Amino acid sequence: MSARDPGVIDCDIHPSVPGIKALLPYMDPVWREAFVLRGIDGLEMQSYPPGAPITCRPDWRESGIKPGTDLGAMQRQSLDPLNTRAAICNVLYGGQVAVSETMGAAICSAINDWLIEHWLDRDPRLRASIVVPAQAPQLAAEEIERRAGDRRFVQVLMPVACEMMLGRSYYWPIWEAAARHGLPIGLHAGSMYRYTPTASGWPSHFLHDYVAQSQTFEDQLLSLVTNGVFAKFPELRVVLIESGVTWLPGFLWRAIKTWRGVRAEVPWVSQSPAEIIRDRVRLTAQPMDAPPDAKSLDRVMNQIGSDQMLLFASDYPHWQFDGDDPLPPGLHPDLIRRMRVDNPLETYPRLKETLQ
Amino acid sequence: MSVTAPELQPESQPSGDIGARLGIIDCDIHPYFKTPRDLDPFLSARWRQYVQEYAYFVCGPYANRGTYPRFSPNTSRRDAWPPGGGLPGSDVGFIREQLLDAFNISHGVLEPLLGGNVARNLDAAAALSTAMNDWQAAAFVDVDSRLRASILVPQDDAEASVKEIEKRAGDWRFAQVQLGSKTSEPLGRRRYWPIFAAAQANGLSIGLHVGGTQSSAPSAGGWPQYYIEDHHVLVHSMQNQAASLILEGVFEAFPRLKVVLIEGGFAWGPTLAWRLDNHWRKMRSEVPQLKRPPSE
Repeated sequence: MSARDPGVIDCDIHPSVPGIKALLPYMDPVWREAFVLRGIDGLEMQSYPPGAPITCRPDWRESGIKPGTDLGAMQRQSLDPLNTRAAICNVLYGGQVAVSETMGAAICSAINDWLIEHWLDRDPRLRASIVVPAQAPQLAAEEIERRAGDRRFVQVLMPVACEMMLGRSYYWPIWEAAARHGLPIGLHAGSMYRYTPTASGWPSHFLHDYVAQSQTFEDQLLSLVTNGVFAKFPELRVVLIESGVTWLPGFLWRAIKTWRGVRAEVPWVSQSPAEIIRDRVRLTAQPMDAPPDAKSLDRVMNQIGSDQMLLFASDYPHWQFDGDDPLPPGLHPDLIRRMRVDNPLETYPRLKETLQ
Repeated sequence: MSVTAPELQPESQPSGDIGARLGIIDCDIHPYFKTPRDLDPFLSARWRQYVQEYAYFVCGPYANRGTYPRFSPNTSRRDAWPPGGGLPGSDVGFIREQLLDAFNISHGVLEPLLGGNVARNLDAAAALSTAMNDWQAAAFVDVDSRLRASILVPQDDAEASVKEIEKRAGDWRFAQVQLGSKTSEPLGRRRYWPIFAAAQANGLSIGLHVGGTQSSAPSAGGWPQYYIEDHHVLVHSMQNQAASLILEGVFEAFPRLKVVLIEGGFAWGPTLAWRLDNHWRKMRSEVPQLKRPPSE
C-alpha cells in the first residue's frame, strides 16, 4: 500500500460478545437479575459455532481468547494490515435469534451500548450496525429510533432467516424507521432456525446449512421485491452480507423469467426484478464463491451487470480467505477500486458524511 | 458455411428428417386422471373409502389442492386441454397427436404429480403408490407402448418402497423410480438408503422431480406469500437434494446409482459447485466420508 492510499472501507467485521456478563451493565435490573438467577449464558448462534472452522481463521485463533472479542487482535490482524479507513461492525449474538421478544430486545439494546463503549469509542475507524430484535418489529423500530442520533451507526442488522419472509407487512415498521433515518438494512448470513434449513428438512451437516443460506438470501430478496417493499419505501436500501455473491446472475435470470410469466400476480412490481435489485441492493464481497479460474470470475462479474453492487469486506475473523488479500484473482482493477471505497460511500450515506 | 469435402455435398447429407429416424426420448411427461374416480379400479374397498372420506391427506392447508394457486388451470398450456374433455395429460389419443407424433417421440417417461405417494398416512401412501403404478401401466403404457411409467413409492416407508420397487423391477413398462425434490428429510439421510440400494440392484435410476411433500416451509425464512416466490424457491429443494446426496456419501456408497434431476433448472449447477467446494475446503473435517471435492 502506498502512503497515499486512502485506505479501504471494510463493510463486514465481527466484534463478538464475550458472554452475557459483558452485557449486564447495560440492562435494567429486572433483566440483570434474570440472567444471573436463571443462569442464562452461552448464547452463541448455531449459525457460527464458536469452534467451527468458519468462525475464525486458524492463524487468527489465540488460545484462551474467544475469536473477535479483542480489539487489539482486530487491529493487528485486520484493520492495520488491510489499511482500513473505516470498518462496519456487525455483531452476531443470541439476542437476534431468541424466541422471547422481550429478552431478545434486552440483549440487542445492551449490545449496542456495549459496542459504543468497548469498540466505537476506542477506535475512530469503527462504525457499526444497529443490532435489533427482528422477532419484534415494533421493538426493533424503537431501538432504531434510540440509536439513530449517533451517526456512527450506519446500518440496521438482521439475520437473513427470521420469523417470516421479510417482504411481509409484519416487518414494515423496521423498513419505515430505517428508510427515514437513511440506514440501509443489512441482512447477514445466520438463522433464527424457526424453519428447517431446507424445504426437505434438517441436513446432517453444518457445511450444508451454511451452503444452503445463499438460497435463503435469494428467497428473501425475491420476497422483498415481489411483496412490494421497494415500491413502498423508495429510500430503502438492502445490503446482503456474507451471501456468497456468485449465485446472483442465476437468480436474476430465473427471477426475470418468472416475473415475465406471472407478473400479473404482483402488479406493483412494474420494473424487472433485476433493475430493482441493481438499483437498491448491495452485496458484501466476502465470501466470494468464485469459480476456480480468474476468467470465469470475470464472466460472472459481467453477468451481474453492474459495477456498483459489490462492497469490500474482510468478514474478520471468519475464515473466508488466506494470506493478505481478501479478494480472489480475476476482478477488474476498476471494479476493485469501486468496491473498496466508492460503492461503500454510495451505499452508506452516514459514512459519506463522516469520511469526506 | 462453405462445403468442400465430397462427403458433405448436399445430396449425401443426412435428410432433414434424421430426427424422424432416430426419434426423441422425452424424459418428463405428466399424466393426469380423466375423472377423480380413475384410480378406483386399482384400490381396495378400504382405500377407496379412505380417499372418499379423507382425500389424500397430505401436508398443507387444502384438502384437494396445493398451497400455492398456480397461474394457469392445472399448470397447463391452454391448448393442452383434450377436445374430448378431461384434464391435460389424461387422454392418450391427444398426447399421441399433440406430443408423441408431432415431436417424433420414440419414448416418453411419465411423471405423475398426483400427491398420493406423499400422503401422511404411510399405509395410504403405499396403497396409492401401488394403485398409481398400476394405473400408469394400464391406462397409458398398455395403450401406447412408446410411453413408460415411473415407479412411485411411499418414500417415508423404506421397507414398503423397496417392496414396490422389487414388484415392478422386472416389468419393462417401468423406466425409473420417482421421488420428489421435497421430502421429509434430505434424501442423503440413511432412512432413504434402502431405496437407493434397491434401485441400484435393479438397474433403475432415481428420477427426482421438483415438488413433493410440503412437510417443511418452502424457505428457511418461512412461507412465501405469492406463487411468483414459491415457483422460484421450489428449485432450491433440488439443489439441497444434490448437496445432501453428495455430502452424505450416497454416491460413494452406491457407485452405480444414477439420479436424474427433473424440472429443477440447471443454471444453478456451477455456482452450487463453487460454493460447496469453497466451503468444503475449510470444513472437510465434518464430512470425512467425502473423498473428492463436491463438484466432482
